[in-house]
Amino acid sequence: MNTPDPAPTAAQLFLIFTRIGLTSFGGGLSGWLFREFVQRHRWLTEEEFVSGLAICQTLPGVNVSNMAIWIGYRLRGTVGAVASTIGIVVPAAILIVLIAVVFSELTQIPLLHAGLVGASAAAIGLSLSMGIAIARRLPRKVLPLGIMAATFAAIGIFHLPLVWVVLVGGGLSILLSALTQA
Amino acid sequence: MPQVLTTLLLIFVPLSFVTIGGGQTIVADVHRQVVDVQHWMTASQFLDLFAISRMSPGPGSLLVTLIGWQVGGIAGAVVATFAIFAPTAVMTFYIATVWDRFKGARWQRIIEAGLKPVAAGTVLASVWVLLQSLDGGWPAQVVALVSTAILVMTPVNPLIILSAGALAFVTLHAFAA
Repeated sequence: MNTPDPAPTAAQLFLIFTRIGLTSFGGGLSGWLFREFVQRHRWLTEEEFVSGLAICQTLPGVNVSNMAIWIGYRLRGTVGAVASTIGIVVPAAILIVLIAVVFSELTQIPLLHAGLVGASAAAIGLSLSMGIAIARRLPRKVLPLGIMAATFAAIGIFHLPLVWVVLVGGGLSILLSALTQA
Repeated sequence: MPQVLTTLLLIFVPLSFVTIGGGQTIVADVHRQVVDVQHWMTASQFLDLFAISRMSPGPGSLLVTLIGWQVGGIAGAVVATFAIFAPTAVMTFYIATVWDRFKGARWQRIIEAGLKPVAAGTVLASVWVLLQSLDGGWPAQVVALVSTAILVMTPVNPLIILSAGALAFVTLHAFAA
């Protein structure tokens, strides 16, 4: 349980990202990635994943494809980054066009809409469980817990833009972490 | 290259650099370009495509793929997808290589320790916002919280949880109707 699985091949990375790209109904994609790469296979430590997530959130570009590049490169170099990105984008892109061609009336079916609302609600659970897992592992000290609470309030309650919160809050937090570790 | 493919590139490459997060940030501007500026489709056609993109799995910005497909067929879909993903992918790739080269360095451990509480805060805040804006009222919030509890306590496959959530709502809907 505590030993990581052998590092994935590029083909494995492609298949995992494809599977997530094709089954992640209702969003919550980073929660999927966390569960797969950190919790299930232990290919990445929580620290690696979380700092990658924070960096990918501030970089321009779609979060998930940034994460695919980040994780793929970390685990299997350039080939891994390419395989992961193609895996998360291409099969889902083909599927969405097929859905549009064949099933565009589907969006009008109330029962299907209800099912999708239920899946989205459950997908929130995926994100929240990731948030809890990360929060639980924070050092029980005033500084990290205070920074987490301030970040939460800035985005969740005061609705400040995510990028600025991560840039300013993250910058301050890194500075404090440098000072306390010196 | 046909005119429409060039136009797709010219619209979506700049937008790729202002895409942050799940891709929802650019939807308003995509709408403006596609409906008001280019007159490629009506507002209601755009809404249909948007609904399909919300319904489909995968990254939210695949809305752009659908628009490309609508205006330029297969070639349009390929060009639009490439335009929205590729430019920023190259940038992220270079940052990832630099990060990896200095793996384990002291400054990197400091950055990781500093970013962790911020990342926890952003994840929890986006959950908070989503919980409040959720369609489906309190039953949806119950599904979200029960799913969370199961996912935290067991190594269950998330797909089972998503299916159970969907099934719960389909059942509710069938009984309410």
